Amino acid sequence: MQIFTCPFCGSRDEREFHFIAEAGKTRPDTLTQISDEDWAAYLHSHRNEKGHVREIWMHTTCGELFLLERDSVTMEVLGSTALREASQ
Amino acid sequence: MTARRLDSGGLIDRSNPISFWFDGKTYEGFEGDTLASAFLANGVSIVGRSFKYHRPRGLWSAWVDEPNAIMNIRLNGKEHPNCLATTTYIEEGMAARSVNAFPTAKYDTKGGLDLFHRFLGAGFYYKTFIWPDWHLFEPAIRKMAGLGAVDREVLEDFQSAQHHAKCDVLVVGGGAAGLTAARAAAEAGKDVVLVDDQRVLGGSLYRCGVAADLDPSDWVAAQKDAIEASGGRILTHTTAYGIYDHGLVALVQSQGFGRAPALLRMRAEQVIMATGALDLPITFSKNDLPGTMSLSAAGEYLARYGVLTAKKPLVMRNNSLASATVENLRAAGAKVEEIEHVDGITNQGRKHTTGLRIGKESIDADAVLVSGGLTPLVHLWRHAGGKLDWCETRQAFLPKPATDAMIAIGAANGTYDLAQAIEEAEAAGKGTPIDRPETSYITTPIETKPGSKGRQWIDFQHDVTLKDIEVAARENYVSVEHLKRYTTLGMASDQGKTSNMAGLTAMAALRGKPIPQVGTTTSRPPFMPVPLEIYHGAKTKQLWSPVKRLPLEDKHRDLDAALCEYGGWLRPGWYGKGDRDETIQKEAKAARDTGGIFDGSTLGKIEVMGPDAEAFLNFVYYNTIKTLKPGSIRYGFMLTEGGIVYDDGVVTRVDQNRFIVSCSSSHVDGVRTHLEAWRQDGNDPDRIFVHDQTTAWATVTVTGPKARDVLGRLDTTIDLSAEAFPHMTYREGAMGTISLRIARVSFSGDLSYEVSVPAGHAETLWDAITAAGKEQGVGPIGLEAMSILRAEKGFIIIGKDTDGETMPHDLGFTIPRAKKKAAFIGDRSLHTEKANAEDRKVLVGLSVADGDPPLATGAHAFTETPTRRSLGYVTSSYQSPNVGPIALAIIEAPHAKVGDTIKIWHKEEVREITICDPCRFDPEGGRLHA
Amino acid sequence: MKRYSAWQLFREGLRGGKGWGKAWRTPKPKKQYDVAIIGAGGHGLSTAYYLAKNHGITDIAVIEKGWLGGGNTGRNTTAIRSNYFYPESAQLYDLSVRLYEGLSKDLNYNVMFSQRGMMVLAHSEPEMEMAARQYNAMRLNGIDAEFLDAKEVRKRAPILNYRDDARYPIHGAVNQPRGGTGRHDAVAWGYARAADALGVDIIQNCEVTDFLMEGGRCVGVNTAFGEIRAGMVAATVAGHSSVIAGMAGFKLPIHSYALQAFVSEPYKPVLDTVVLSPAVGTYISQSDKGGLVFGGALDRVPSYGQRGNMPVQEAVIGGLLEFMPALSKVKLLRHWGGIVDVTPDSSPIIGPSAVDGLYLNCGWGTGGFKAIPAGGYLLAHRMATGQHHEISRPFDLDRFTTGRLIDESAASGIAH
Repeated sequence: MQIFTCPFCGSRDEREFHFIAEAGKTRPDTLTQISDEDWAAYLHSHRNEKGHVREIWMHTTCGELFLLERDSVTMEVLGSTALREASQ
Repeated sequence: MTARRLDSGGLIDRSNPISFWFDGKTYEGFEGDTLASAFLANGVSIVGRSFKYHRPRGLWSAWVDEPNAIMNIRLNGKEHPNCLATTTYIEEGMAARSVNAFPTAKYDTKGGLDLFHRFLGAGFYYKTFIWPDWHLFEPAIRKMAGLGAVDREVLEDFQSAQHHAKCDVLVVGGGAAGLTAARAAAEAGKDVVLVDDQRVLGGSLYRCGVAADLDPSDWVAAQKDAIEASGGRILTHTTAYGIYDHGLVALVQSQGFGRAPALLRMRAEQVIMATGALDLPITFSKNDLPGTMSLSAAGEYLARYGVLTAKKPLVMRNNSLASATVENLRAAGAKVEEIEHVDGITNQGRKHTTGLRIGKESIDADAVLVSGGLTPLVHLWRHAGGKLDWCETRQAFLPKPATDAMIAIGAANGTYDLAQAIEEAEAAGKGTPIDRPETSYITTPIETKPGSKGRQWIDFQHDVTLKDIEVAARENYVSVEHLKRYTTLGMASDQGKTSNMAGLTAMAALRGKPIPQVGTTTSRPPFMPVPLEIYHGAKTKQLWSPVKRLPLEDKHRDLDAALCEYGGWLRPGWYGKGDRDETIQKEAKAARDTGGIFDGSTLGKIEVMGPDAEAFLNFVYYNTIKTLKPGSIRYGFMLTEGGIVYDDGVVTRVDQNRFIVSCSSSHVDGVRTHLEAWRQDGNDPDRIFVHDQTTAWATVTVTGPKARDVLGRLDTTIDLSAEAFPHMTYREGAMGTISLRIARVSFSGDLSYEVSVPAGHAETLWDAITAAGKEQGVGPIGLEAMSILRAEKGFIIIGKDTDGETMPHDLGFTIPRAKKKAAFIGDRSLHTEKANAEDRKVLVGLSVADGDPPLATGAHAFTETPTRRSLGYVTSSYQSPNVGPIALAIIEAPHAKVGDTIKIWHKEEVREITICDPCRFDPEGGRLHA
Repeated sequence: MKRYSAWQLFREGLRGGKGWGKAWRTPKPKKQYDVAIIGAGGHGLSTAYYLAKNHGITDIAVIEKGWLGGGNTGRNTTAIRSNYFYPESAQLYDLSVRLYEGLSKDLNYNVMFSQRGMMVLAHSEPEMEMAARQYNAMRLNGIDAEFLDAKEVRKRAPILNYRDDARYPIHGAVNQPRGGTGRHDAVAWGYARAADALGVDIIQNCEVTDFLMEGGRCVGVNTAFGEIRAGMVAATVAGHSSVIAGMAGFKLPIHSYALQAFVSEPYKPVLDTVVLSPAVGTYISQSDKGGLVFGGALDRVPSYGQRGNMPVQEAVIGGLLEFMPALSKVKLLRHWGGIVDVTPDSSPIIGPSAVDGLYLNCGWGTGGFKAIPAGGYLLAHRMATGQHHEISRPFDLDRFTTGRLIDESAASGIAH
């Protein structure tokens, strides 16, 4: 089992976590005109990097989202940041 | 076979004889014997047949690297396939049979296959069986393949214990190095666990010795005591078979033959790998003959089991380390002759070696003991992603320098000298590892000569020879991976422990490249085969994905409810022991005639609270929530960002800043995650709170014309009159001291109240309602009847009447898509080309003539113009006692206008059906608003 | 290319195998080709083969950073089937099954395609209704299908769990008789040998490091061995698709995950068909060598590690033992992982990319092996003719913009 660290609860078994999305996705303002291409890019395009990744995960046990930085090749965990800190 | 048991020596208990059976004969061994040592002691030399050519096979090794001695074992009436004789300790009454041989290993009817070996070389099946068809040849090949047979009888006792454990230092291997490191680490204050896969700690010490005048057993005992005195834990019979990410080591511990081993998931800060090294075979002509054994193994059989392998063995070795074993064999009375390997040397004999021959010169022997050089056991190192260096001196792959997480010591690190290994281990255990010391070990690589004469085995189990590797090289399967897969070398049950290096050496010779340039060995878990049961643990049968239970389950059982699994919950399908279909019809009819009482506790109740809750839910829902007044309820959809209907349900506004989201029973976790994710991403989470109350409240639904009468008999503080409590509103109150929430919503289409109390009071509520109901002729109804009622109204069930494409306008809910002025999840997706397509599948009703059988759920609507294709399918279909046969379907809009006829296909049968409105009961809604 | 046949096998057997020639050459890459294909897995090799065979384009380099067939093609559980729901998918995968049916003869290499059926179990009444929906869809799509009751399932697969205390009792199944398994390495090697014989250069151990772009158009690749210019470039790199796309400056609707697979020691035959239990999410077959080959759900952690972890192992194996408890003493011999490229609708991407001159065949997720012939056939068609074949049109990358997703998550069987 991998170990991920929830910024609030500490280190936990990977089964307690759920991948939400890549970090950095901003929802476009849907009250303005958005082209089909731009909307599709928002919905579906991913960086999917090989190596250092920044992802939003949920610790399902406590329900909190947080930013998890990992290496998607070595599985090394580089750090967890609470979402609010991360957005600052 | 001239092997025999000595009168003394070994770690076995001669006072405890054990009898067992092998291939038709009874034998005797002692407690502490493995099947292999007992075979040897009894002179059994042929223990199996090779996979392809059915050549006789004898024992090669004394432990886990054994490629040949695979048995099916029967004990206590249970059959255990594919057991390795060298690692299976004998027990009274064990009956072993060789696999892949009939009737016995000694006399196998398929032994003649070997005559055709020229045509059955590696990869031969890729070059033939093409005409006329592979299918013609396959059954015969399948029958011949495989080793042991699986017993189709389920074994009852296969529950494997699973444990989690952690430690500072995990030492893998209880030989000299491992014991020393464990002691040093434990004495330095670390939390240490030492694991060893044998019954008795000590590794190779028994055959190699510790020091003059020091009994290995005494030395081992002293280390063990010191380790335990410092709080270290020692596990024997335990193999570390894999290392996974983040330092998770998988350990399997034998619990005795026939019992499921235990799985230990060990989280170690640091792993010290003291796994030792293997003695390798030498590639020479007819090196697969029984009686050709690893020299170290002969040493092990002598030291651990008191068995002298041969009277007159020939020893052929290429390294300086084998001397101790040779001396021990001589001391035990064997007449050992040493011989140098030369090109062209060949084994002699037919079913057993009779010695070696060089040119015309024959040297007789009753065993050939081979030592081709040591190779460290670095599997765990590789699992953990560690790299290897090629050492020219040792002719072996060694672990690259240690990291904080992992250190290799002793023979596993190429430190073969005992004194050096102990010094190295001491330093590692203390936490101050030293560099690998210079070695005194000398080995002379024996060159593999491609094209040399004689059949020379590389992989004993899979019958891969040097010639096969030559052919593979000739055909350009030269990478290690291609070579392995093409020839199947290293892919047998021993996973190449004895064949990988030989194969690599041969390919290097063929390509004229140094070994490290050709490749290294990769290894993946498990280090040795592990039974599947260890992954199952106690999560068997009903404990596998356990079904969720209702607070009112006992009440339902009292009423003989048929409890079935629906959406992960155990719920009443119908009540009573009568005929299923008749009962359901009765319940559905009674529900409309008088009423019904229904356990709705599974329905999700997620509270969303806070000053921004309204705006939040307005964004989460397709429908407009802003305008929902306190005390009111609205039906709505949650969409995915792709615009697909994810869940439906009612949302209740309790007060200005408090809502209750009701969602489908099987979706609660998903909806909660969905709400939490959106709450925190893009909103101020201090102004919105999400709280799942689903299991905190029990809900009993009272539905039907008499619903008000029934509820009215309860002593509640709530005014149930139609004026005070209209449809789609919500009231809070109490029943005595019990908090009460009532939502007047209807899934049935009749007057209906969903009554909720804190779950602890569920039974009180149920008793009160059912008692009141009895007086009114209103009884419990199950999920099956409720499903019919809602279908009569055209009310959908998400995931049943919707699929992965359904959008809200397909269900007739078009207004928010056109008019909602606020942003909501999925909004933009409702206006893509696909969302606007005219041929989208829409929800319709299907009209079946009274007296005709209901349509089959899953039947498809279809057209034949221009070609036959599906237009959609029947999602729900029932016989309704109130309306006749009814069905809901999703069908492409142009073919789905009310009044159209459409062809319905089910299992080759076609019916012509008319499209109608999904709502077949009380379309004006008078019953709802009663 | 020396033909393979029983006669040749016999002849060479007498001659000590000295007459067998190279299955493929080890050519030095030229500086220029008509087509460069990145990735010598099954799809890359089949694309090259069909370009050569069907369209006469032979000046092709297939550029592989490792050894051909060493990625997912060499790591999958070998199931071949076309029991999908939507007509577009049915056509796609059945084209592949039909090509597989003639493949050994076509390539003159025995790929050991064994059509012994693929059964998807149904464990409850609602699941039987879904099974009926699936069965009817298959029949209307012209795909062979059988709807089986519990008794019939038991006859075909007696080793499954028919006990009263089974967690998921077996109610029935939908079987595709033409489904089955193939020998995965043989498919890669067969295509490689046949393509090579038609003149295709397979360049192994040559990593693509960059694209050559001129005026926004892809005109070739930069590799460890230098520049290779090409009139058209195709990327068939499965789990690495986003890495390649990143080099060309665009993103794909793909997440890469680890998919684990497992094989047991060899046993005498106990299972003659391929079985999937959607309830536990595990599927299994038995190879001709006797090993039980099985797999299940993804490790839900985005990963390029080609390995997975214990939670999924426990879920897959534990689930397997729930519907086949007789296998509890069977021993796991090996497990491994691949990198699968998963799209939002679990359907592949075939056709031009966002960059002129660069084509894609990816997004197969957990289902790429069965589609190797069709993927190559269709991409070759699109590249050679400039038009989509009608079967590949729905799978163009533009479907994400139009919203015309083909959501086969249910049909692919294994949870995504």
